[in-house]
Amino acid sequence: MPRIPLTWLADHVALPDGLTAEQLAADLVRVGLEEETIHPAAVTGPLVIGEVVALTAEPQKNGKTINWCRVDVGARNEVGEDGALHPRGIVCGAHNFDVGDRVVVALPGAVLPGPFPIAARKTYGHVSDGMICSARELGLGDDHDGIIVISRLGLDAEPGTDARALLGLGEDVLEINVTPDRGYCFSMRGVAREYSHATGATFTDRGLAAGVQPVDGGEGVAVDIEDAAPIDGVVGADRFVAQVVRGVAASAPSPRWMQQRLTQAGMRPISLAVDVTNYVMLDLGQPLHAYDLAQVAAPVVVRRARPGERLTTLDGVSRALVAEDLLITDSPNRLHASRVLGLAGVMGGAASEVTAATTDLLIEAAHFDPITIARTARRHKLPSEASRRFERGVDPQLPRVAVARVVELLVEHGGGVADAALTDVDRTGEPATVTLPVELPATLVGVPYTEDEVRATLVEIGCVVEDGGDPGAVRVRVPSWRPDLVVPVDLVEEVARLRGYDAIPSIVPAAPVGRGLTRGQRARRAVATALAEAGLVETLSYPFVGSDQLDVLGVPAGDARRRAVRLANPLSEEQPEMRTNLLVTLLETAVRNVGRGISDVSLFELGLVTLPDGDVLAAPALPGGARPADDVLERLTSSVPAQPRHVAGVLAGAREPSGWWGPGRRSDHADAIEAACRVADVVGASVDLRPEAGHMPWHPGRTARLELTGDGTLVGYAGELHPAVVSALGLPARTAAFEVDLDVLLAAAPTEPLQAREVSTFPVAKEDIALVVDAGIPAGDVLAAVRAGAVASPAGAILEDVRLFDVYEGAQVGEGRRSLAFSLRLRAPDRTLTAEEAAGVRESVVAEAGRRFGAVLRA
Amino acid sequence: MSISDAPPTSPLDADAVDRAVALALDAFATASDLDELKSARLAHAGDRSALSLANREIGRLAPADKATAGKLLGGARARVNAALAQRQAELEAVRDARVLADEAVDVTVRSERRPRGARHPLESLQERIADMFVAMGWEIAEGPELEAEWFNFDALNFGVDHPARQMQDTFFVDSGAPGVDSHLVLRTHTSPVQARTLLERELPVYIACPGKVFRTDELDATHTPVFHQVEGLAVDKGLTMAHLKGTLDHFARAIFGPEARTRLRPSFFPFTEPSAEMDLWFPQKKGGAGWIEWGGCGMVNPNVLRACGVDPEVYSGFAFGMGIERTLMLRHGIADMHDMVEGDARFSLQLGTEI
Repeated sequence: MPRIPLTWLADHVALPDGLTAEQLAADLVRVGLEEETIHPAAVTGPLVIGEVVALTAEPQKNGKTINWCRVDVGARNEVGEDGALHPRGIVCGAHNFDVGDRVVVALPGAVLPGPFPIAARKTYGHVSDGMICSARELGLGDDHDGIIVISRLGLDAEPGTDARALLGLGEDVLEINVTPDRGYCFSMRGVAREYSHATGATFTDRGLAAGVQPVDGGEGVAVDIEDAAPIDGVVGADRFVAQVVRGVAASAPSPRWMQQRLTQAGMRPISLAVDVTNYVMLDLGQPLHAYDLAQVAAPVVVRRARPGERLTTLDGVSRALVAEDLLITDSPNRLHASRVLGLAGVMGGAASEVTAATTDLLIEAAHFDPITIARTARRHKLPSEASRRFERGVDPQLPRVAVARVVELLVEHGGGVADAALTDVDRTGEPATVTLPVELPATLVGVPYTEDEVRATLVEIGCVVEDGGDPGAVRVRVPSWRPDLVVPVDLVEEVARLRGYDAIPSIVPAAPVGRGLTRGQRARRAVATALAEAGLVETLSYPFVGSDQLDVLGVPAGDARRRAVRLANPLSEEQPEMRTNLLVTLLETAVRNVGRGISDVSLFELGLVTLPDGDVLAAPALPGGARPADDVLERLTSSVPAQPRHVAGVLAGAREPSGWWGPGRRSDHADAIEAACRVADVVGASVDLRPEAGHMPWHPGRTARLELTGDGTLVGYAGELHPAVVSALGLPARTAAFEVDLDVLLAAAPTEPLQAREVSTFPVAKEDIALVVDAGIPAGDVLAAVRAGAVASPAGAILEDVRLFDVYEGAQVGEGRRSLAFSLRLRAPDRTLTAEEAAGVRESVVAEAGRRFGAVLRA
Repeated sequence: MSISDAPPTSPLDADAVDRAVALALDAFATASDLDELKSARLAHAGDRSALSLANREIGRLAPADKATAGKLLGGARARVNAALAQRQAELEAVRDARVLADEAVDVTVRSERRPRGARHPLESLQERIADMFVAMGWEIAEGPELEAEWFNFDALNFGVDHPARQMQDTFFVDSGAPGVDSHLVLRTHTSPVQARTLLERELPVYIACPGKVFRTDELDATHTPVFHQVEGLAVDKGLTMAHLKGTLDHFARAIFGPEARTRLRPSFFPFTEPSAEMDLWFPQKKGGAGWIEWGGCGMVNPNVLRACGVDPEVYSGFAFGMGIERTLMLRHGIADMHDMVEGDARFSLQLGTEI
């Protein structure tokens, strides 16, 4: 993002004395340019000009020769014993200077880029009281062949002068964040305009075509725009300006002030030709290109790529071009448009690059279609300074101005002569005109802007405002640098922004009455609260998984849980899939907790899982801006994979800890089953438990499958985890877990208010019944028989509660048998039960259990 | 102490009876515990005590003396029994107090027999926010996390080639077939719910939608690839940016307290125009008090309304998407994203029970 050196910005707008980068940031944020960061000054502390007054070369044992210098740093000289000022003694290893040269001296206390703090230090038998600096040490470039002699930079200053100001090293630089609609703010020109909007400071627009001296040398290099395949009917280039400058020292270094500004703006100085084009781009916002004229054969042709064409770009990469790529080509050997010079608006080619041998330059400034450039930059993964600007929109009236400025700088600093001839292919249309109802800004923003305010604001941003055709509306011709202003609301924002968002009042709107949370939302909260109250801790995990995680869980090949949505660009190639169950990521969370020493941990997570249906996932691609037809919308929504909401839990280690109060209790399968059933209870769904012997990662003998009572729809699983999984994950032995589909439960839960039964106050009758059955018969089935038997007794529906309170296996009941003892609480709504009625229930229960499972009453 | 017959006392000898009563009262008073009192009772009020034996003699008296003796002994035994009962009560109270003292335990360390659970702070914060909007009459809307690109981008006026679409750092879904674009993404913001809501609901609409969103950012102190936003959308006749500002100001005060300071500054989003960012004043900001970004907002772009079949000539609306993680960090002084996403039970436990 653009970096704004204040001294450069001041070329375009009047800045107040003493303006800091912080204040600039505070001013700009009011109009929507946010501070990204402030780059601190490259050098802090004393950095001064010194004059070398004595120099003694001293050969060293290590073969080096150092120079023991006396350097006059004016007022910063050291105070001697006599009270007078004496030049400082400094050791320097470089040899490209001599007595009488003025150099840059970092005195003790200075901090150079690195950061590299300077202190007086003993070296080579002397105390070196500072450092004589090279360009590289100051962050001024890569040149560290020798130290800086300021006369060679064309500078002069008295000893003791602050070198930071002289070299531009003491300046904080603001980097701003430019939103994608404000391409023009990728330039000092644009930012200066915004600063003027924010503060009222006087702005001078150096990017207006009207300010350019006309040339009168006829047509320059022939340029043809031959776009055979415009995207969405927009021609790839609608402006192309080119001019030749001859006899330029193109590869000479650019002037130091320009290098300094480029460095501050975050670009590396390279050579005069490159630096000048970059400089003008940063200054005005127009991307430019300088070709070695000797390597270009007219006519230059702008066209789309042809099948099979390749180009080696300036970065040395050979790229296969695609038909949509817009190219700059030329015509060697009279073969029209046969050679590719560069990717238009993205990056030039290596072949026509400016080299040390270049003397004649062809300067190009064009205006390209943003979409074409955006696609090419994206396709070739080649975001460049040029493409970043073009895809956000560049002022189509700038090319002429920018070329003039580049030519001027090249002539001034490179000794060249500009051709009088100039190419200017101009197919730009009239700027857009927007009809704005003058009331709209007030209506939409809620501030009563007057018509005068609206008009004045629009004029301020560069619009031409005329009376509109419609009464109460104005016709607004937007400035060429604002392609983002297209519809009336765009102008509303400009009015609101420039008049200040702080002027907008704060009013809470009165919404119509609402219906509160939905049933599903309430259910989710109730479930989460119930689990938290049961002692489970809610956690969240990322939904990204890899198939090896399912391998660890023992999920077999072909299992439905392996059918997952894959991401095209996952963060990690190890986890490219979206989870199909919560447990897989929740277990990772449990493992992390255990790894952190929290070995007694009960966790739960509520979240979506993604269950793709079908092998190919494809939603229709539809345009924005218009409502799709109902059937298209239906296709669109049904193309989104199902994402049911699950809740899962893991219970590891102690469910109840031991302590001074006595022994604790380890979590087991029953805790997981109880928690899963609690989830069903909370939403009011009724579930049955069935033994599940083959669903990894659960234990084949200690796991229940939860099914909806009635239709048997699968709800989920709960029980102890398989010992192999527990061991592979390093979890505490006997770790238990559950996962249920909350959507299935919710669909089965009652939607109407539950109807209350009267609470009977007649006396209770209690019956304990122990039934002996084959050990393989599930207790849940026997319990169901007990219920059915009780209800079928002559006394009617008097069973208030039934509970399995004891399970006994042993000699008393015989091999392969077990006793299940149930406690029944009986009560009638309308009478005191008789002993005969209670006995009748007992008989009926035993009979039903006997009929179903051969159960007998335990002797 | 053995029980033996007391010396004979005449039922008509008032002095003797009085002496027996005095002896009994003295014995009760000097009994120091319930066992001694029991012995004293047997000796002075038992069957073989002087008064009981004298009482038995009444039957043998002449009829004329029976009434006198009966009265004398009745009064004496009543005095003895009253004294006994009183002393019994006194000594029982002493015993009870000692039992309670003996049962005392150390109560200064709480037990943790049933471990505490907790909600995740991001979840409870989303519920708090939802409750605030519900209290304003808004409803809570929902949408899928894996979403059709049309809802995430096109319906929201993100052009296919617009830089804003590229800046969203989107997770794209693999179609499963070579060369086929799925046009499915992990939603990069909660804003697709705007489009779904406008297509599904009757106008006017006032909805909030807290939920998960996804960007291809690596986890670090300030970024996470999975995070949460709360979307807000109001579409009605006559809504202005002032209503947007009022809603967010209310939101800020409800969550951060009445001193919360907000600032609206211009920004850009394809689906709003005008657009803004809302900043919060953060006195504890690292490096010094300052504004920090809370979320984006603006007036719903007419193109979004059109894509959802709403006439922008009749209706206007505002929308916002505020960061939940940012809200939690500000509210509770959380410096690093890691604690919020790693699922460490200790993080949930410390913040999970706020009322």
